[in-house]
Amino acid sequence: MNTIASLHKGEIGYISEESLDFIPLKLLEMGCLPGAEVELVQIAPLKDPLYICVNGSHLAIRKETALQIQILKSEILHV
Amino acid sequence: MSKNDIKVALIGNPNTGKTSLFNQLTGLNQKVGNYPGVTVDKKLGVSKLSSTQNAIITDLPGTYSINPTSIDESIVLKTLLKKDIKESPDVILVVADVENLKRNLLLFSQIKDLEIPTVLAINMVDQMNRKGITIDLSLLKKELNTEVVLISARKNEGIKDVKAAIIRCHVAAKASPLCGINNQIDPDYFTKLKEISPNYSLYELWLMVTQNNYPETVTKEEKEKLLAFKKDVSKLKKYQHKETIYRYQEINKILKKTYIVDKSKAKDLRGNLDRVFTHKIFGYVFFVFLLLAIFQSIFDWATLPMDLIDGTFAEISDFAKSNLPAGVLTDLLSEGIIPGIGGVLIFIPQIAILFLFIAILEETGYMSRVVFLMDKIMRRFGMNGKSVIPLISGTACAIPAIMATRTIASWKERLITILVTPFTTCSARLPVYAILISLIIPDIKIFGFLNLQGLVLLSLYALGFATAIIAAYILHKTLKIKTKSFFVVEMPNYKLPSVKNVFFEVVEKTKSFVLEAGKIILALSVILWFLASNGPASFDNVEKNTIENTANQNFSEKELQQKIASIKLENSYIGILGKTIEPVIRPLGYDWKIGIALITSLAAREVFVGTLSTIYSVASGDENTATIKQKMASEINPDTGKKRFNFPVGMSLMVFYAFAMQCMATLAIVKRETKTWKWPLIQLFGMGLLAYIASFITYQILS
Ligand SMILES: Nc1nc2c(ncn2[C@@H]2O[C@H](COP(=O)(O)OP(=O)(O)O)[C@@H](O)[C@H]2O)c(=O)[nH]1
Ligand SMILES: [Mg+2]
Repeated sequence: MNTIASLHKGEIGYISEESLDFIPLKLLEMGCLPGAEVELVQIAPLKDPLYICVNGSHLAIRKETALQIQILKSEILHV
Repeated sequence: MSKNDIKVALIGNPNTGKTSLFNQLTGLNQKVGNYPGVTVDKKLGVSKLSSTQNAIITDLPGTYSINPTSIDESIVLKTLLKKDIKESPDVILVVADVENLKRNLLLFSQIKDLEIPTVLAINMVDQMNRKGITIDLSLLKKELNTEVVLISARKNEGIKDVKAAIIRCHVAAKASPLCGINNQIDPDYFTKLKEISPNYSLYELWLMVTQNNYPETVTKEEKEKLLAFKKDVSKLKKYQHKETIYRYQEINKILKKTYIVDKSKAKDLRGNLDRVFTHKIFGYVFFVFLLLAIFQSIFDWATLPMDLIDGTFAEISDFAKSNLPAGVLTDLLSEGIIPGIGGVLIFIPQIAILFLFIAILEETGYMSRVVFLMDKIMRRFGMNGKSVIPLISGTACAIPAIMATRTIASWKERLITILVTPFTTCSARLPVYAILISLIIPDIKIFGFLNLQGLVLLSLYALGFATAIIAAYILHKTLKIKTKSFFVVEMPNYKLPSVKNVFFEVVEKTKSFVLEAGKIILALSVILWFLASNGPASFDNVEKNTIENTANQNFSEKELQQKIASIKLENSYIGILGKTIEPVIRPLGYDWKIGIALITSLAAREVFVGTLSTIYSVASGDENTATIKQKMASEINPDTGKKRFNFPVGMSLMVFYAFAMQCMATLAIVKRETKTWKWPLIQLFGMGLLAYIASFITYQILS
């Protein structure tokens, strides 16, 4: 399964609907929503934390958190 | 403050410009208070809204939502839930960043649902053009059903509109929820919740359930009923998630109609600067050089004002002594209080300069990149990327440094940071190191350019940092504290720092030092003065006896006075104390005189120097280091017949000062921040033991 942690630097993914229950409330509140486009902007020199951009928020999160958030590499259509 | 003043609370995401707006609204009209029961500073200010109406403005810590994850953020929840009715705001002023309006509106929607009159100030509109943003203001007002103003806190634009909107909002005093959460998630559940009490809005009741915080007015019965809703924790969590998603859906709907971004225009420096500052090699190199440059400037810039303060207080003290009628009160003033105040103020230059740099680094957005770079490294030692800021601040003073740990969400990481921060070399250790180094380290250059004395000082700084890190590692492995460690840091846009914000930040941090440390240092100075100038019955005869004993030695008046002062100190309570501990400290190479100085260092470490100068009877009038140094250099150890301050003793003392927890003010702050005496006592004895053992080994090996 792909997670935010499996993105390459500069790559874009879409947060999957299934991971809703695994996203910490705080991240959800900061814009890390299911269906949202997420870009991995930078990886810290020691491979952790990860610097992502989602819904206009630029956030640094730890790898352990990133591993919990599943993504799809191509967009799915929402109704 | 009068009854008619409107109480306004400033709330918003971090970095949206709350403090800038606060500064614009209140000018210099502000003060720092404290929240009842919690230990976070509260910034209050008065703003003149109109010729007849004032407002009391509170600047609250930044938060992304009402649901808190750190102590800082819990303040916002407590304020909004009216934990203390008298303190609860009449109008909420939500500050939002125009660039990230969507996320900022989440917090706004939560606040709106509490049904408190709310004004939305959309800040940084000076950036709209550059970012290609357009807003349909009148439609947005209608959709949000609230007062909305566009402002630029930095350019001082729209501030008048904010003031007018606050008044209008307060007068209308009507407020309605924005997102009815009830019928979207689980209508049955929320209808039952609402039935508990008509006195609170549904969202208020929901927060009481999820956050376990209650307004002052809640009754026992209501509380019991609310508790029943808390049973199913996973359900609560699920509903909170659903609530957030629902809010974002509503916000998206509104923004689609009112907020347009032309992506082709949006361009910023962020990408390029990030590549440099978070680069795997250059990022660290830059950070290290930045730190060196900062420390270098602190040394360069602080020396002059510090000497000035030192000299001025010596003069004031002398002036008081020679112009006031002789007596106990004059002595108290000239020997206890005035030097005590001087001993506090002397640190201001170093502290202010360091916080000037830190404020600039935070304002520009660079500090978040440091947190990003350092998190993994710090985590190995049980800390957090955010621990870097307290550890750097600790080189000025541990007190503001420990207060800076409040943003760390994980209790374990925060506690470890608090516990190890006092190992970093604070400015009070510097005078002690300086005089000892000048006594025992030759002033020579090695390899032709490295100053040996400077090198030793640098190693002492390194020793402090290294010990902090090692101690953190040990605590990390031994402390059995289970906390949810959750880490998310926003990486703000790079900005030029605003002079006003930086200035206020420096003033505030310096003030917190003067007030927190100052009162303790001052009180201890007075107590120590009393102990040093009084003694058991025989004490009163010292002066007479000395004069008689030395009658045939042809001492000048000045020499005689010095001799009396020295013998008095020896026979005072503190002298007795010094002699009592002498057997304990002898293995470290110290005698009772150094023992006295160790005790008086409890006020602040640098008092060591002043105490020794009295003991070695240096006349207080010309209290410059050269004479103290000469006296110390010529002090003989009667057991060996050699110099007292030889290399082993000097090294042992420096090691002792590097490790020992001698600062009462820091202990008091640790007590306040951890809410128990357990941790400060562990620091006191743990660091004391370490200092003792390390000094013992140092002395025994070297001698
Ligand atoms: N361009 C621009 N920058 C601003 C404005 N208001 C504040 N800032 C900057 O935004 C940053 C955060 O401001 P601050 O007041 O500390 O935000 P707070 O964290 O909400 O208290 C600082 O660098 C300010 O100089 C504004 O109106 N325009
Ligand atoms: Mg602020």
